[in-house]
Amino acid sequence: MIEIKDLHKSYQMGSNSLHVLKGIDFSVEDGELVAIMGSSGSGKSTLLNILGMLDEADSGSYFLDNVPIKGLNETKAAQYRNKFLGFVFQSFNLINYKTALENVALPLYYQRKKRKERTETAMSYLGKVGLADWATHLPSELSGGQKQRVAIARALAADPKVLLADEPTGALDSTTSYEVMDIIQSINDEGKTILVVTHEQDIADMCKRIVHLKDGVIVEDKKVEQVRASQYVG
Amino acid sequence: MKFIFEKDTWQEIYGAIRKNKIRTVITVIGVTWGVFLFVILLGMAKGLDNSFRSQFNDFATNTMFVWGQQTSIPNGGFKRGRRMQLTLDDVATLESQVDDIEYITPRNVTGQWGTPPGQFVRGSKSGAFKVFGDYPTIDKVSKKKIFDGGRFINEEDIKYERKVCVIGEDIYKQFYDKDEEAIGDFVRINGIYFKVIGVYKPTQSGFEGDDSIFLPFTTFQTIFNQGKDISWMVITAKQDKNIVNTEATIKTMLKRMHNVHPDDTQAFGSFNLGKEVAKVSGFLSGMRLITYIVGIATLIAGVIAIGNVLLITVKERTREIGVRRALGATPAEVRGQIMLESVLLTFVAGLIGFVFGTLVLWGINTAIGNNDDIPILNPSVDFFAAIGALLSIVLLGTLIGLIPAQKAVSIKPIEALREE
Repeated sequence: MIEIKDLHKSYQMGSNSLHVLKGIDFSVEDGELVAIMGSSGSGKSTLLNILGMLDEADSGSYFLDNVPIKGLNETKAAQYRNKFLGFVFQSFNLINYKTALENVALPLYYQRKKRKERTETAMSYLGKVGLADWATHLPSELSGGQKQRVAIARALAADPKVLLADEPTGALDSTTSYEVMDIIQSINDEGKTILVVTHEQDIADMCKRIVHLKDGVIVEDKKVEQVRASQYVG
Repeated sequence: MKFIFEKDTWQEIYGAIRKNKIRTVITVIGVTWGVFLFVILLGMAKGLDNSFRSQFNDFATNTMFVWGQQTSIPNGGFKRGRRMQLTLDDVATLESQVDDIEYITPRNVTGQWGTPPGQFVRGSKSGAFKVFGDYPTIDKVSKKKIFDGGRFINEEDIKYERKVCVIGEDIYKQFYDKDEEAIGDFVRINGIYFKVIGVYKPTQSGFEGDDSIFLPFTTFQTIFNQGKDISWMVITAKQDKNIVNTEATIKTMLKRMHNVHPDDTQAFGSFNLGKEVAKVSGFLSGMRLITYIVGIATLIAGVIAIGNVLLITVKERTREIGVRRALGATPAEVRGQIMLESVLLTFVAGLIGFVFGTLVLWGINTAIGNNDDIPILNPSVDFFAAIGALLSIVLLGTLIGLIPAQKAVSIKPIEALREE
């Protein structure tokens, strides 16, 4: 699903150049649930941004579902993002003047789906994260956990190949974090490929594979026995 | 451009606008106010113009006055300083010989230019006023309002030398109690009884004022023993003739008839109403131009305010725009949405301002009614000017929308999302 070879990325900070990614080789199979771990500054967010086509690597190759991701213009990148990727952010990033349902339906709007179809699809994904009753509520009327579930539903709505989650539990307490991870696990169970960036060990343990980043290189990449989040969820 | 016509695009924009109510209202106020002022200004200018044109009708704009003065060049054995006296014979000659003339009307006056005023007596009160001897046609040139129940001098009065008079509003006020009926009352002018047939009020400034007395021309001739002498004549040229040329022709003829040197510019005086009307018209055109400039400047200020607010809004919505782009909005879609928001806001704001402006003009029109004291008549805005203003607002809205739209597109989604 994801094929990365010798990926480099540096940022210009004034006269200094900051080498963030120093040759990443990394591949993800269909249906995997991968945790990307590392302390801040390790380059994990940069890697995720490149994977999410929000940023571009300086060198190296990146194939997503056998499509080379290179030298895309903004329009093409937007279309690929819409088609291939679903994003979940630490700070949810829901549009505050749209209801839960409208937020979930937004990626479908950019896919030019009909309004009726958008509403139906969005509703079914909201149901999947257990928020069907909250469809007409604004984000400000939802709890943090509910917001993140709406965000997950939104990320799934366009039926992407890969779900990218950047610290999805970073703003949540542990109980709510496990609820969210429970949903992520169940989505993965249905076959969706998911990458989770986190610095919390217990969250990483709930994935099937853990990749450790340190100073721009992968220092560890191991398959783990998945801890099911459902056991913590009342 | 296809997305402009898609219902979904508009629903998305409607959603964004509706859910930012305060911002929308503030944005809209600038343009609404601009269009409102634009409509009011144009309407009032139009009202002034209408009022002016209704007073100086086509008849008056082609009119001139001629009177006798003193010669300044000796000619034909006469010394300079000879006094020129126009007579009814001059009127008859000019009428028969100058083709340009539509109407030629002699006038007489006493109480002006050193002649003694008429003594007006009613009961125990008396006063001295200017007295005019006139034909009915004079009312077309120098319009007067005749109060209810009265009338101006007519052809019958001229024919039978009737002893009737039309008095000014000021005279009425001096000699009659409030609500007292003047029509049909008898008064004495220079010792002779006259019947009051009307009370007038001037609708434009003229030397008659509102304290003069009008008598039939023929009656005046007899009573003041004028013979064929006249004070001056009023000449209206045919519609297709240039009054300035007519003026020259008539003066040349008068000089020949009165044995005056052709180069003598002092012998006959004249006042060309056409020229004066043209001056006022020019003034009104200038005012209309200023109105347009001020109006358009106000509009531009309003539209710039919209651009400004949208620019701030874009900054505020950086994260939203970032999310939209992460979810697959292309730069064109983001740009299109911001621009359409701008256009929609300006258009709706313009429409509201236009409707309000028109309502207020209508209100002013109703309030003024036919009140002659206010020089505004039927203030309205030209339909095409309105459409043009709305179109230019939409155009300006599009142009000004480009700036925030470009700003929105220049935000990289990654930066937008990173911003806390």
